[in-house]
Parts: sequence; structure tokens; C-alpha cells
Amino acid sequence: MIEWVNSIVQGVLTGGLYALFAAGLAIIFGVMRLVNIAHGDLIVLAAFVAMVVIETTGVDPFVSMIAVLPFMFFFGYVLQRGILNYTLGDDLLPPLLVTFGISIVIQNLLLEVFSADSQRLKAGAIETASIKLTEGIEIGTLPLVVFVIAVALIAALQIGFSRTRLGRAFRATSDDPSTARLMGIKQKHIFGLAMAVSLVLVAIAGIFIGIRTNFDPALGPTRLLFAFEAVIIGGLGSMWGTLAGGVILGVAQNIGAKIDPGWQFLAGHIAFLVILVLRPNGLFPRTRDD
Amino acid sequence: MTSRVIHSTRASRIGMAVAAVLILVLLTVPWWGDRASMRLLVEVFYILALAQLWNLLAGYGGLVSVGQQAFVGLGGYLLFILVIFLDVGAIWTVPMAGVLGALISLPIAFIVFRLRGHYFAIGTWVVAEVFLLGFAQVKVLGGGSGMSLPIAAIKSIAASRADRDATIYWLALALAVAVIVGIYLLLRSRYGLALTAIRDSEEASRSLGVDNLRAKLLVFILAAFGTSAIGALIYITKIRITPSAAFDINWTVTIIFIVVIGGIGSIEGPIVGTLIFFLLREPLAPYGTWYLILLGVTAVVVMLKAPKGLWGLFAERFDIALFPVQRRLLLAADDKPG
Repeated sequence: MIEWVNSIVQGVLTGGLYALFAAGLAIIFGVMRLVNIAHGDLIVLAAFVAMVVIETTGVDPFVSMIAVLPFMFFFGYVLQRGILNYTLGDDLLPPLLVTFGISIVIQNLLLEVFSADSQRLKAGAIETASIKLTEGIEIGTLPLVVFVIAVALIAALQIGFSRTRLGRAFRATSDDPSTARLMGIKQKHIFGLAMAVSLVLVAIAGIFIGIRTNFDPALGPTRLLFAFEAVIIGGLGSMWGTLAGGVILGVAQNIGAKIDPGWQFLAGHIAFLVILVLRPNGLFPRTRDD
Repeated sequence: MTSRVIHSTRASRIGMAVAAVLILVLLTVPWWGDRASMRLLVEVFYILALAQLWNLLAGYGGLVSVGQQAFVGLGGYLLFILVIFLDVGAIWTVPMAGVLGALISLPIAFIVFRLRGHYFAIGTWVVAEVFLLGFAQVKVLGGGSGMSLPIAAIKSIAASRADRDATIYWLALALAVAVIVGIYLLLRSRYGLALTAIRDSEEASRSLGVDNLRAKLLVFILAAFGTSAIGALIYITKIRITPSAAFDINWTVTIIFIVVIGGIGSIEGPIVGTLIFFLLREPLAPYGTWYLILLGVTAVVVMLKAPKGLWGLFAERFDIALFPVQRRLLLAADDKPG
């Protein structure tokens, strides 16, 4: 019994990381109706950028964020203004196929530069430290830290969306792009900033993946699927929905892995498909359908 | 003043004649071609057929699937299941895999059709992952390490190696031709008109009374039928199957790049794309990753600069259609077709 409770607790903690993947995807979908197929590969790219920063300067992975976050922010803005803005329109195909192409390019460039070897970001003692809750349930300090940061970031995003000027511009553009433009919102710039914010989340998620598990250039696509599943399970209603989606996915995977190690990802995918059939709009849908 | 609607133009009649001659020449390859070029042609045929089916889905049906590898792999596994457990002749598994793949596509459609647009794309990918991970769990099918086709099953195709190669070659050619002719006839039918309307504008086609959902479902099932049949053929040529190779996203990556570069939303586009793909692959294959990077960059540039692909550029410039699926209205006064 206690083993199952343990699985669920570990799943919740993993879910925080998945929620981070999902939040980045949800922001750009919300603001510009773009599904970024390269999202997972960008997470892996961020992990490799952090690896380079750590290897050249010798800093701690957490400290490396000082360099990696601004880099990914800038990268996101340029990617959006330089390429993705030109794909947006009534037709769904161009953004989908262009991000698909970018995904393949990033994956293979990483493979060419860093080889297919598994990498890891070394964070020292925190990697193995843990807190014992009761007999049989022990939570790692690192997964807990990641989870707390994820929840804090999602709360900050939620508040940012409703309270700040930029958040208002995001919501206005999301609700009615043409009216927002009439009100003096520079749409291309706003899209650039949305992608930049998305890639900051991607950078944080990438560094956390790098500390928690091994990563290699081929890891991106499955992370995209987790992000996507968490978004759909959550239902695009709010950032809290993506947290719920991430947690449900994490718990499903951990319970699956408990039954049989081969069932870890399969259980997550099946949980997603079941929720899709039962609740097509996710668990916390937006009240107004657009 | 009378008027009538025509399909064909002079270019298309010349195109048809060239295509007929080309097919006749291709039919004779087993009598004079060497083994290596026949193997390459078999691959060209099945990649072309897969690309055509994806183009039907995405270019006409508006169903941008990133999960067609689900059906390639399914067709492959159906070959092994039918041959090993039900003692079906290897060649016969090709149509049977098509029918079974179409049946299995129904519950899949039930799930993924809940997702629209971009989300549909990733939803189909999740389904393909479920197949990959699911088949890896099936112990009788070799689990994650897969299985090989029994010698007896290979021998059942034909006794000698030369006859086997020829049979597989003709089968692949027949499948490619059947897929192209089938899509051409479909697009010229009432359904084709509906699909072309959906391609151009979903709202407008619905307002004109087209049942979008039914047309899309039909396309999804047809693509599943064709892709599963081709999957069985592919694994007759490969002899060995593993879940990670059979359900590899790279099947879909390849065909998407082919269709985008050649030109989406036309029958000629995937043909042009397939030719470019193999012309680039032969010299560049040794460079592995750089070759995929080059393809990716090319696809991005084509999508941004020429959304109708290379064929689209060419056709627009010269107003040429080798497979005319659009209707042209001819008024009696200038009754000179083409």
C-alpha cells in the first residue's frame, strides 16, 4: 500500500516538471494559436546550452540560469520575429510544418555537435539528498525543489497574465487580434515576447531535466508529447490547469512504471487518451469556447 | 451560348501518354535491371505511395497527421502476425493488412478527431507512440527486439531469388500506380470536389452543404488502408521488424518533407518531391545528420517562400497540370481545350 502512495507522491513531483514543459506550450498557443512542434527539442537545446556554460565557467547548474535564461529569451524573440511570424495566418499548415522542420534541424545539429551520448548536469550534493516523510516514503530534495519552483512559476505566470501590462497585451491579442492591434498593440512584437517568455520556461525546464535525469539529442519529441498531453488534460483554461495536467500525467506514468517498467510512458499516453475521450475539452476548460 | 466543364488539357494528355510509357518501361525492369537498382526502385515506389497518401490527408483533407508511422508499423506487424500465426501467404497479407488497418483506423479516428488543427497532429503522434510502446510489450511478437520473417514465408513468395525480387518489384510498382490512380479518380469524383473545397476553405465548404466530417473521415480511412498495405509490403522487403523501426517518426518526417518540398495539395507535388528526395539522398546519405539538416532547412525555406512547393511554382508559371483534378469551364465561343 505504502509503495503505491510513494508512487503517487513521486508522480506528483515529476508532474511539476511536466507542468513547466506544458506552460511554455500553453502560452504561445494561447497568444498566437501556434503549436510549436520544436518545443521538446528547444528544451533539450537549453539543457545543452547550460552544459556548455557549466563546462566553460565551472558554475553550478542553478547559477548557469543567469546566462541560459537571457540567451533563450533572446533566441525565442529572434526565432519568432525572424521566422515564425511569417507562418501565422488562416492556414494551419505553415506554422506546423515550419516548426516541424526546425525540430528536425535542432535535433540533428545537437547530434552532430554533441554526439548521441547521454549527458548530465552535475549539481552536487542536492542530487542525492532526500527527506524522509514516513516509513517507505522518501522524497528527493531536488524533485521537491523543482516542484516548488514549478508551482511558484505557474502562480507568477497566472498573476502576470491578469495583473501586468504585458499580460493584458497577451490576453487582448489572444481574444481579438485585430481589435488589439487597433488599440496600439504591436502584434509582431507581442508574439516575439510570448515566444521569448515560453523559451525562458523551456530553459528552466531544460536545466531541471539535465539535473534530474540523463538527456541526449533524441529526447525532444517525447518531451513535446508530455507537454502537449499535460496541456490537453488541463484544458487550456488557466495555468493551473496545466499544473493539474502535468501532475495527472506524472502520477499515471509512475503508477504505470510501478506495475511494469515498460508501462511507464504507455500508461501516461493511455491516461491522456482516456481523458480525451471522456472530457474532450480537458478537465478545466475555458468557459468561452473560441 | 453553351458551355461545358472539362478536366483535361493538352499538357495533361501529353503527361498521361508519358506516364503510360514510363509505367510500361518500369514494368520491364526485372528483365534487364540489376538487383541494386530494383531494390532502390521498390523503395522509391513505396515512399512515393506513402507521400501521396499523406498529401491526400493533409493537402486535401486538412488532416495534418504526424502519426502515419502508426499505420506503417501496423501493416508491418500485421504481415508477421498473419504469416506466422495464420499461415497466410506473404503477398496476400498486403491487401489484408490494408483492410485491417482501415478497420483499426475507425476507433483511432474516434479519439483523434476530437482534436482540431495543430492538436490533431500531435494527437496522432501520441497514438503512434502508444502502438510503438504497446507492441514492444507483446512477448509473442518478440517484444522490443522484434522478430524475423520465417524462411518458409519468404520462399512462399517465389522459389528463386530472382522471381521473388521480380514479384516484390511488380507489387510495389502496382501499389504506387494504384495509389496515384486511386487518388486521381477520387479527386475527380464528387468527393474530390468536396475535398478540394475543404482544402480551400472549411467554412465555405460547410456553408455549401459539404459534410466536412464525413469527407475527412473517408480520407482518414483511405489513408490508413493504403498506408497499412504499404507497411506490409515494406516489411516483406525488410524481412526483420522491431517496434522502434516500424513505428519510427522518421517515416512521417520523410514523407512530410517530400510533400512540402514537392508541393502540397497536388498529385504532381509528391512525385517531384520523391524524385528530389532520392536524388539528394543517394550522394548525401554518407553524411547522415547533415543530410537531414539540409532537408529540414529546405522544407522550412520552401514553406516560407513557396508554400505550394516546387511543383506549385512551376505549375503557376506555365499553367500546367499533369493530373488535372480541377474543373475548367469552357464557353462555346472559345471551345478550344488546352
